Amino acid sequence: MSLVTARLDEAAAAGRAALIGYLPVGYPDVETSARAMVAMVEEGCDLIEVGMPYSDPVLDGPTIQQAAEAALRGGVRVSDVFTAVRAVADAGAPAVVMSYYNPMLQYGLERFAADLAAAGGAGVILPDLTPEVAGDWLAAAKAHGLDSIFLTALSSTPERLHITAAASSGFVYAASIMGTTGGTPVSDAAERLVADTRAAGAARVCVGLGITTGEQARKVGAYADGVIVGSAFVRQLLDHEGEAGIEALRAKTRELASGVRSAR
Amino acid sequence: MTESLQAAPGPYFGDFGGTFVPEALMAALDELSDAYDKARIDPEFTRELDRLARDYTGRPSIVTEVPRFAAHAGGARVILKREDLNHTGSHKINNVLGQALLTKRIGKTRVIAETGAGQHGVASATAAALMGLECTVYMGEEDTRRQALNVARMRLLGAEVIPVTTGSRTLKDAINEAYRDWVANVETTNYLFGTAAGPHPFPAMVRDFQRVIGVEARAQLLELGGLPDAVVACVGGGSNAIGVFDAFLDDASVRLIGCEAAGHGVETGEHAATLTAGRPGVLHGSRSYILQDQDGQTIESTSISAGLDYPGVGPEHAFLHSIGRAEYRPITDAQAMDAFRLLCRTEGILPAIESAHALAGALDLGRELGPDATILVNLSGRGDKDVETAARWFDLLEEDA
Repeated sequence: MSLVTARLDEAAAAGRAALIGYLPVGYPDVETSARAMVAMVEEGCDLIEVGMPYSDPVLDGPTIQQAAEAALRGGVRVSDVFTAVRAVADAGAPAVVMSYYNPMLQYGLERFAADLAAAGGAGVILPDLTPEVAGDWLAAAKAHGLDSIFLTALSSTPERLHITAAASSGFVYAASIMGTTGGTPVSDAAERLVADTRAAGAARVCVGLGITTGEQARKVGAYADGVIVGSAFVRQLLDHEGEAGIEALRAKTRELASGVRSAR
Repeated sequence: MTESLQAAPGPYFGDFGGTFVPEALMAALDELSDAYDKARIDPEFTRELDRLARDYTGRPSIVTEVPRFAAHAGGARVILKREDLNHTGSHKINNVLGQALLTKRIGKTRVIAETGAGQHGVASATAAALMGLECTVYMGEEDTRRQALNVARMRLLGAEVIPVTTGSRTLKDAINEAYRDWVANVETTNYLFGTAAGPHPFPAMVRDFQRVIGVEARAQLLELGGLPDAVVACVGGGSNAIGVFDAFLDDASVRLIGCEAAGHGVETGEHAATLTAGRPGVLHGSRSYILQDQDGQTIESTSISAGLDYPGVGPEHAFLHSIGRAEYRPITDAQAMDAFRLLCRTEGILPAIESAHALAGALDLGRELGPDATILVNLSGRGDKDVETAARWFDLLEEDA
């Protein structure tokens, strides 16, 4: 059993959904972003998504774009991801990397998998890659015992849900809305997508996109195995400088953590 | 017998191409791909497209021999394929009429498009007006300034133009923003992709809609005395180039030369010469060459020509480059602008700055090949939109004008 599934099952055993928090590495700098991720673990995030900033993030809305652009201007490198992953792992939470495909491809898929595993990472979320074209990555991930988490969307056909469920390990990421991160609030259609993704064979399904409040986390936590929050956390770091950012992030994490804990 | 290179179906061209997109778009791309596979062999669809090409675009476009220009090209014979004379002023209309017809076939009511120079945006707005579709065009804020006239044209045609303020504020960021719109509105909206790049089916489909350029030109050249020694076209994403190349791919004696924008010079790092100075990677849905740093972050491109100012290139060009069937050469801003002025003054034809890169390539090539050579240049667009840029470049404006 992988680090990811073990942690999701622990939360399930406690009668709740897991809280999964995203931050991009390198905003406002690598060291602070790693500390911020650890703070999220301390306040109740069960898993951390370590985001690799990318120049052409087609699935991200303005909030994450703004932080990622700043991180890139600050000189963040792919190798910095592993620094953050190590910090999260040391803090006791599974770390999964969220990266667009080209930075991984250019780093070298085998080398990326090896370095991620060596840093204590648990897997990768692949927002712009589908299983049909992921063969090289899947081989590298398997060789290093990493989970590969693919997405399902409200537009996914039943056939595609099966392909995605079969190729994913750890969990399947159900994108709750048709849109980018930090945009439209989560819709009721997400519950149907979770049910359909499970029916297609996925053992664990977590929901992301459009979840920014404890109340939304409570609603989604009632039916999903995990609740994924990104822009709402990034917003805290954008709106507050330095330590005040970390404090605001802690407060937001507590709000969302209490949301998933009151869901069922 | 060697296998034909013409009209390759995709999704892969050798190691290049494919479909690298978010899951949210897969159903739409599958639908589009299926619809296109049916449409392309449906006589009703091809008849309607042919009718529009003839009665709306003004096809076939003529070829024009340009001897006074050619005198500067080592005396070689230079013949222009006049896509600049198409309705809306460039080759882009060939593609959008096909994609807009397809949009109606799949029952969608809204189209989105990205544009750099504004030519594809204008063509998309035109096709949308003609067919009663709602149209939104994404254009980098930087490009809306460089091409203000085309912004006004699109708005006159009823399109909404959204200046894109993220990233480098040019074509690549306009594509990102169009993708975001498509993900959010895919149920009602089709993406009219402007070049022979992006995920399958776009590279093959756009090439098919543009291949009329080469098919016509090949027949026209045969009538004028024979196949050319070389076919020259500018390459940004590469749709006009692949359109004119395709019919010649199996003519081994015909050299195919793509002219990339070298901006301030490839050695300065400020250019858009993707095949010359980039390396393989995945951007905007397919595997091709990209200008990128060590970490796979896209590098901002530079060119005086907004239409060539793109850090990627269509996958079929990457393939033709990899097998050596086509050659790709860098042309600087200065070379392109010299050729631009030369064509204006020797032939009375004002080319698009994009197309002027191909003209500059032809000048060099003519000197290499000598007076016995015949060179076909795809004059992909007219330069009306570029008058202000050219006037500034050549310092032709009155003070305080």
